[in-house]
Amino acid sequence: MRNELTLPSIQVKDLMVAYDGNIAIHDIDFQLHPGTISALIGPNGGGKSTLFKAIMGFIIPTQGDVQIEAMPVRRAQKKNLIAYVPQSDEIDWNFPVNVEEVAMMGRYGYMNFLRKPSAEDRQVIDESLERVQMTAFRHRQIGALSGGQRKRAFLARALAQGGRIMLLDEPFTGVDATTEQAIISLLLDLRQQGSTILVSTHDLSSIPHFCDRVIMINRMLYAHGHTEEVFTQDNITLTFGGILMGLEFNQSQVLFSGVS
Amino acid sequence: MHLLQTFLEPFHYDFMIKAVLVSALVGMVCAVLSCFITLKGWSLMGDAISHAVVPGVAVSYILGIPFAIGAFIFGFGATVAIGFIKSRTRIKEDAVIGVVFTMFFALGLVIISKTPSTVDITHILFGNVLGMLPSDIIQTVIVCVITLIGIFLLRKDLLLFCFDPNHARAIGLNTNFLYYALLSLLALTIVASQITVGIILVIAMLITPGSFAYLLTDRFDRMMLLAILCGVFSCVAGTYISYQIDGSTGGTIVVTQALLFLLAFIFAPKRGLVATRMLRRIPKTTENVGAL
Repeated sequence: MRNELTLPSIQVKDLMVAYDGNIAIHDIDFQLHPGTISALIGPNGGGKSTLFKAIMGFIIPTQGDVQIEAMPVRRAQKKNLIAYVPQSDEIDWNFPVNVEEVAMMGRYGYMNFLRKPSAEDRQVIDESLERVQMTAFRHRQIGALSGGQRKRAFLARALAQGGRIMLLDEPFTGVDATTEQAIISLLLDLRQQGSTILVSTHDLSSIPHFCDRVIMINRMLYAHGHTEEVFTQDNITLTFGGILMGLEFNQSQVLFSGVS
Repeated sequence: MHLLQTFLEPFHYDFMIKAVLVSALVGMVCAVLSCFITLKGWSLMGDAISHAVVPGVAVSYILGIPFAIGAFIFGFGATVAIGFIKSRTRIKEDAVIGVVFTMFFALGLVIISKTPSTVDITHILFGNVLGMLPSDIIQTVIVCVITLIGIFLLRKDLLLFCFDPNHARAIGLNTNFLYYALLSLLALTIVASQITVGIILVIAMLITPGSFAYLLTDRFDRMMLLAILCGVFSCVAGTYISYQIDGSTGGTIVVTQALLFLLAFIFAPKRGLVATRMLRRIPKTTENVGAL
């Protein structure tokens, strides 16, 4: 509700993305402002990941564009503005890196060409690991962590990066209730500090507890606005009900995880 | 005393000393790069480049230019062709790689067969480390040094690119540049190894040391150190043994590497066959459960 008059952190304008001529998402328009947490929800295959990828500049929109603090995405990335916490299945957990090294990857944008960490970089890493309670595990290889610890390691990386905008892709999948609470309170802290946060999630039940806004997409934008106004049973049914055949299975899965 | 003399006898020959030194250098470069290649899953790409350099070597001899230049141009050109075709069609990457590298290799065979020249196809295929010319040694050393400097300067970015290319992009790194940088380093390494083991077996040098080391450690720094030890040891030992048994040098080097890999596969402290067998007998401790 606040800060609506400030410059939007993320502005998605008339966005359409097509793969091989098949339209994945179209007519997506919204703005996100500093100091807010927004949930991105929709059925599997409804284009959540595609929208994330477009915002992160991993794919080029077929039409329309995305601006970060009124800049093209690429320029915002060079300024280290956007931190991204990936889904667990995007990561090779056998990779020979430990927690501290993962967090340090968040600092590369601040380092010189050889990526040699400065005293400040080390201090930021220490603080970030402490903030997600991972200091004790800093030398552990990432595959030897629990689901919740894995998520925290990548949150530490995002914190270390210090971007004002944070995108989290399914942060609550495969984590225990304690970690989910810890992640939520961390996000609330970051909101307090003026961050813009976008969370893609299947866990509908937790949304009213920490999200100011909700964006509902299923190929197109179904609803967008303040949680108390748009997060209604009608809108959820509309979005997840699907205009496409073959979504029934996904739908039941989503509603199930929303209830659990 | 007699035994020691037999042992040292090969080193009385100048060509043998050169061969051991050059293969040690090549073994080190291959081992360093193999850590990135195995983690990135680019083994097939390495195989492709190694075959694609053949026409380059042939053309270089015809034109009278250093073989390294032609080999690099064709090796790197093959990867560009693969990338281009993949982005323009829906054919899967492994199929595109297969089409392109066999095409390059076949083209090389045709060129060599139609050119009355001094090019010996068996030297390209299987290496000729004991019969290197001074110009071969100079080219190999130059390419090795360039590759090592390149990897040293880019190692952190390349590791991030192998691990999480999306994050690399998100913090503003140029992932296209890193993609082609890693491909160029791969092509350079293959060019450098061609004299020692030949293009058929170079892929072993680019995969086995990294895989060997990956079985033994969870730390990248240690992985690289172990890979280098594996690569250098097997190149030196392989070259030496091949002289003693009068056998194929490339073959002996790769067999030595494979034996080291087998040893690690069976006896590695945490991930070896023996260790995992033992672990299965121990009931799960709380820490093991926590790690799952």
